[in-house]
Amino acid sequence: MQRIINRPDYVVEDMLKGFLKAHSDLVVATSNSRVVRAVGDTEGRVGVVTGGGSGHKPAFIGYLGRGMVDAVAVGEVFSSPTAGAFLDAFREANGGKGVACLYGNYSGDNMNVKLAMKMAKREGIEIRTVVANDDVASAPKGQSEKRRGVAGEILMWKVGGAKAASGATLDEVIAVAQKAIDQTKSIGIGLSPCTLPAVGHPNFEIQEGTMEVGIGHHGEPGIAVHTLESANVMAEKMLDVILPDQPFSEGDEVAVLVSGLGATPVMELYILFGEVEEKLKEKGIRISRSYVGNYFTSLEMMGVTLTLMKLDDELKACLDAEADTVGLKSFPGKHSV
Amino acid sequence: MQAFSNERGLPIVEAMIRTIQDNKTHLSEIDGMIGDGDHGTNMNKGFTLCEERLQAMDASFLEGLQVLGDILFSEIGGSMGPIYGTIFMEMAGAVKTPSRIDEHAFLAMLEAGIAGLDEIIEAKVGDKTLMDVLLPARDAFSGAVRDGKDFRQALDDMVQACVAGRDATVGMVARFGRSSRLGERSRGVLDAGAASCCLLLQAMAKGINELLEDV
Repeated sequence: MQRIINRPDYVVEDMLKGFLKAHSDLVVATSNSRVVRAVGDTEGRVGVVTGGGSGHKPAFIGYLGRGMVDAVAVGEVFSSPTAGAFLDAFREANGGKGVACLYGNYSGDNMNVKLAMKMAKREGIEIRTVVANDDVASAPKGQSEKRRGVAGEILMWKVGGAKAASGATLDEVIAVAQKAIDQTKSIGIGLSPCTLPAVGHPNFEIQEGTMEVGIGHHGEPGIAVHTLESANVMAEKMLDVILPDQPFSEGDEVAVLVSGLGATPVMELYILFGEVEEKLKEKGIRISRSYVGNYFTSLEMMGVTLTLMKLDDELKACLDAEADTVGLKSFPGKHSV
Repeated sequence: MQAFSNERGLPIVEAMIRTIQDNKTHLSEIDGMIGDGDHGTNMNKGFTLCEERLQAMDASFLEGLQVLGDILFSEIGGSMGPIYGTIFMEMAGAVKTPSRIDEHAFLAMLEAGIAGLDEIIEAKVGDKTLMDVLLPARDAFSGAVRDGKDFRQALDDMVQACVAGRDATVGMVARFGRSSRLGERSRGVLDAGAASCCLLLQAMAKGINELLEDV
């Protein structure tokens, strides 16, 4: 293992120490060492919480900050945070107007959030959830309750966070976050596996010269293993799965998020984006917001996720609203395309 | 009628802790075949923390279960923290007048643990989870009580159902949790959660057996 670590069993603690120091302008520690919150308070508005396993930097704590997420529950590498951490995150984010918990569809997270909600209710904190399920490869259409949440979660946090920052009610925040994720579809391609530092060897394989279409953020099996192809063919294979699912059609305006999985050079993400843009243009679909980079990674996995969000005026306004986080910054009046 | 003293019942919880510690590697190995291989380590972490906390206090059986549940809830994430945390916290809170625990009180504890789980997971018998042990165990115990068997016999029936339920998971395809993504590839090995649940109920039954008195 060629890694920059001290103690394999304490990578989360050691990472948090550095993260909190490096970004003290944006985030602060709390009394629970597994809960990080944004600088500033949520007094008089809806708070936004998320959480998940570690190893996905900049997700999840990298999206803490003005206009996005207020508190994050931090788990072990690839493992759900505790119910206690979610509960403390709810407490941190509660400004008296309720808390929107926007997280991804994984069985551990579902259970811990449900338990934490039960406890929060006893304290009189109102919590509502939106569960991201944008990964179209993780279950067939029509079984969306089984689909996992992947990079589309970032757009859900951006939209929900913007709505919360605008002073909207909990109902309004939940409604727009739900719409955001319903309009968002993702798919991944994996080129090499990743290794949990505490385990020391990869617990799944991707053969040299092959690619796994539909791979999950923790190496969950995809829908097909193919011989490695060019960026052009990869873009085509990904769009072939995503486009019919929404469905996206001629005249649509979309946001596109291309995220590396950790070890793929960012240069290659732009190569893929160029192919995606061209193919969408041919179909009459216009990209009006774009995000390219390592937005949601899986340790040192090689590969990429492609996320498309079908836009309307409300979603566009929320994406364009001000945000200041480690992973995503947005300045009012400016947008990327 | 047979019952055991709640006040002097902590050895039951200690037996549960010991069985997890003794089987740590075994549980992780089973988990590694279709999961991420951390089940034994995770469980051992939580149960050992509980052992340390209990050493500093003079707890009863139900208080011991409550401490165990609290630690799993606040210190162990993933899926097993909330699942076992819920079971033990609900069990600990199910008996209202806890001086002596008889078979009816123990049945109420099993029922409460399962009712708590129903609120957070949807797994049923056949989904290759710990439910394949827990539900048959409860059914066997309640059936025995209904048939007029004594506490000891009912525990024997429960343990038999646990082992059968655990072994049945070998032939199942996982339909819940991370291993469910493997589909057919999950068939042919034990479910790690079913294995740990079986160990815990066996340890509980053995611990209770040693403390049972005729009253």
